[in-house]
Amino acid sequence: MNRRTFLQTTAATAVAAAAGLPARAADPLKVGFIYVGPIGDMGWSYQHDQARQAIAKEFGDKIVTTYVENVPEGPDAERALTQLALEGNQLIFATSFGFMDATVNVAKKFPNVKFEHATGYKRADNLATYDARFYEGRAIQGTIAGRMTKSNKIGYIGSFPIPEVVQGINSAFIHAKKVNPDVEIKVVWAYTWFDPAKEADAAAALIAEGCDVIMQHTDSTAPQAKAQEAGNVITFGQASDMAAFAPMPRVTSTIDNWEPYYKKRVAAMLDGSWTSESTWGGIGTGMVKIGEISSAVPAEVKAEVEALESKLASGEYHPFTGPLNKQDGSAWLAAGETPDDGTLAGMNFFVEGIKAELPK
Amino acid sequence: MIRLVKRPVPSKAWSWATPLIAVLATMIAGGILFAVLGKNPVEAIRVIFWDPLFGPNAGYFRGQLLVKAAPLILIASGLAVGFKAGIWNIGAEGQYIIGAICGAALALAVYPTESAWLFPAMVILGALGGFLWGLIPALLKVIFGTNEILVSLMLVYVAQNLLAYMAFGPLKNPEGYGFPGSRNLQQYASAHNPELIAGTGAHWGVLAALIAVIGAYILMHRHIAGFRIRVAGEAPRAARFAGVVPARLVVFCLGLSGALAGLAGLFEVAGPSGQITDSFNAGYGFTAIIVAFLGRLHPIGILLAGLLMALTYIGGDMAQLMLSLPSAAIQVFQGMLLFFLLGFDLLTNYRVRIGRARA
Repeated sequence: MNRRTFLQTTAATAVAAAAGLPARAADPLKVGFIYVGPIGDMGWSYQHDQARQAIAKEFGDKIVTTYVENVPEGPDAERALTQLALEGNQLIFATSFGFMDATVNVAKKFPNVKFEHATGYKRADNLATYDARFYEGRAIQGTIAGRMTKSNKIGYIGSFPIPEVVQGINSAFIHAKKVNPDVEIKVVWAYTWFDPAKEADAAAALIAEGCDVIMQHTDSTAPQAKAQEAGNVITFGQASDMAAFAPMPRVTSTIDNWEPYYKKRVAAMLDGSWTSESTWGGIGTGMVKIGEISSAVPAEVKAEVEALESKLASGEYHPFTGPLNKQDGSAWLAAGETPDDGTLAGMNFFVEGIKAELPK
Repeated sequence: MIRLVKRPVPSKAWSWATPLIAVLATMIAGGILFAVLGKNPVEAIRVIFWDPLFGPNAGYFRGQLLVKAAPLILIASGLAVGFKAGIWNIGAEGQYIIGAICGAALALAVYPTESAWLFPAMVILGALGGFLWGLIPALLKVIFGTNEILVSLMLVYVAQNLLAYMAFGPLKNPEGYGFPGSRNLQQYASAHNPELIAGTGAHWGVLAALIAVIGAYILMHRHIAGFRIRVAGEAPRAARFAGVVPARLVVFCLGLSGALAGLAGLFEVAGPSGQITDSFNAGYGFTAIIVAFLGRLHPIGILLAGLLMALTYIGGDMAQLMLSLPSAAIQVFQGMLLFFLLGFDLLTNYRVRIGRARA
C-alpha cells in the first residue's frame, strides 16, 4: 500500500467528517465496474481490474468494489449498469467505449450516482469521461521501430479505424520516420479488440510482407507468439506489459495504468469533491506507462527513447508537433504548432507519407 | 446392470418431464460448481432464479426479463418450425443482423423526417431482410443440394462483417466525431420502438413474440401445413406420398425463421439497443437454438424456455455482481442446462431397465 496517499485520504476523510459532510467511514462507499471482456483477457479489461484491485487494497474497508465482466455492449450493458446502481453503488466505472449510450441513459435515471465512462465523449453532471494518451507510447515505439528495423517495413495491426487508433498509427509513423526516412508502415485492420486467431493471421500476413516490426492495437498476445516464431521480428506489449515475451520479440510495452486515476476519483468521492470532468492523461500523469525496455534494444536507442519519455512526461514535447501535413498533402500543423485536444480526439486522417488507406 | 430399452413410441409424459428434470439437475450440478468456487450454493441459486423475480428490485428485473426473452422467443418460434421438418437453420444470428441493418438503414436514410409510417415500414423491411438472408441457404439447398446447416452458419460471419462495415461506413453517425456506430434510434421518435407501458420493458417486440407463439401454435397444431411439416420431419418418404413438396418446405421454413429473426433484430435495434454497432448482435440467434430445444420445439414450451433462459442471463449477471462469481461460471451453468436437457432426452425414447437382460 502506498502509505502517503493512504494518510492523505485518511486526513481528507477526517476533515470531511469534521466539516459535517456525511461521514462515510461507517458506511463504505460502493464502487462498481463493468468490463467488456473477461478479466483474464490479459489486456484491456485485465488492466482495469488490476486498478480495481489496487484501489480496493488502498482504501481498505472504506470502500467495497464489485464488478461484472464479459458484458456485451448495448442493452446488456444498460441492464448491468442499472443493476450496479440499484445495488447501491455510488461510483460506477463503465470501461469500454461501446458502453457510452447505455451509461448516458442510466446516468439520467440515477442522478445521485456518479458515473465514469472510459474513452467516450458524452458527459453529464453525474457522468465524467476519462481516457489515456496512448499515442504518447506510440511515439516511443515508433522511435525504437525506426532505429531497429532492417527491412524498413513496420506492420501495424489496427483494431478499428477510430480516432484513438488513427492517433497511434500516425504517432508511430511520425516518430519512426524522424529517425529513419526510408521507413514504411503497413496497416491491417482486424476489426476486433480481442481475437487471438484473427490477430495471429494479421501478424503472419504482415511478417510475410517483410515487416520486421509488429505493432498491435489489439489486446491478445497472439501477434507476439507469431513474431517469436518468425525470429527476427520485434513487437511491443499492448495494454498490459506482456513481459512473458521479453526480451524478444517484445522489446517494450505501453501499459494502460488506470490506478492513479481510479485512486483520485475514489478519493474525490470520499471527500465530497467529485465533479464531472473529462480527463485525458498521458505518461505525465502515469496513466500511460512504458514497460521495461529489454536487452534486445541497443543501448544508444534505449537512451534516446528514455530522453523522449521524460520530455513527453514533462509536457516539453508533443508527439504531434508541426510541420505536419495530412496524407493528401494539405497542410495540417505549421512549424512548432501542436493540435488542440478536440482535433486529436476526432482524428480521422493519416499524416503525409503513410501509403495505407484509411477506411471511411 | 443398467440397460436401455427402446420405447415403441416416444413417451409423452417424459418429453414434458425431462426439461424440468434438466433444470433441476442443472441447479444441483451448478450448486456443486458454485460450492467448489467457495460460494454458498443455495444463495447462488436463489440469486439466479428467485431474486430477479421476487427480490428487492424485481420491478425492474421483471421488465428486463421480457426485453431479454422477447428476441429469443421470436427467433426460436421460427426455428422450431424448421427443426420439426428436419430443416436446420443455424444462421438466425445472421438473419437477425440483416433484419436490423435493413430496418435501421431506412430510418437513418430519411432522418430526421418524422412520420407515422416510418416504424411500420422499418418492421416490414426488417422482416424482409431476414427473410431474404434466410432464402439464400434455402435456394442453394433446393437448386444445388447444399447443406443448409453449413451455408446458414457461414452466412452469420458474412453478416457480421457486413454489420461492421455498416457501423464504420455508410451507417456511421455523421455527428459521432468519427467514432463507430450509427445514430441512436432511441432519440428519433418516429423510428423508436419504445416501451408500450413505461417501466414494464414491454416493447413491440414483446408483443410480436407473443403473436409468434400463438401463430406457431395454430400453424403447427391446428393447420394442415403444420401436419405436413411434422410428417416431413418424422417420415420424409411418407410425406412425399402425402403430397409434400420438399423444395417448397425448405423455402418456407428457412424464409419464415429468417423473417422472424429479422424482426427480432429490428425491434432490438430500434428499441433496447438503439444503435447499429459492430457488436450489436449479442448472440440471440445462437441462444435461440437452445431455447427451441429446451422448449421441445413446442410454441408454449418455447415461451417458457425463453423466459427461463432470460432468467439465467439476468440472474447470472446478478450472481456475478452480488457473489462475485466469474462470468465463465455462469456460462458453464448455462451450458449445463443444454447438456442435461439433451442427456435426459434419452428417457423420452428409451426405458431404463435395471437387472440382467432376459435371454
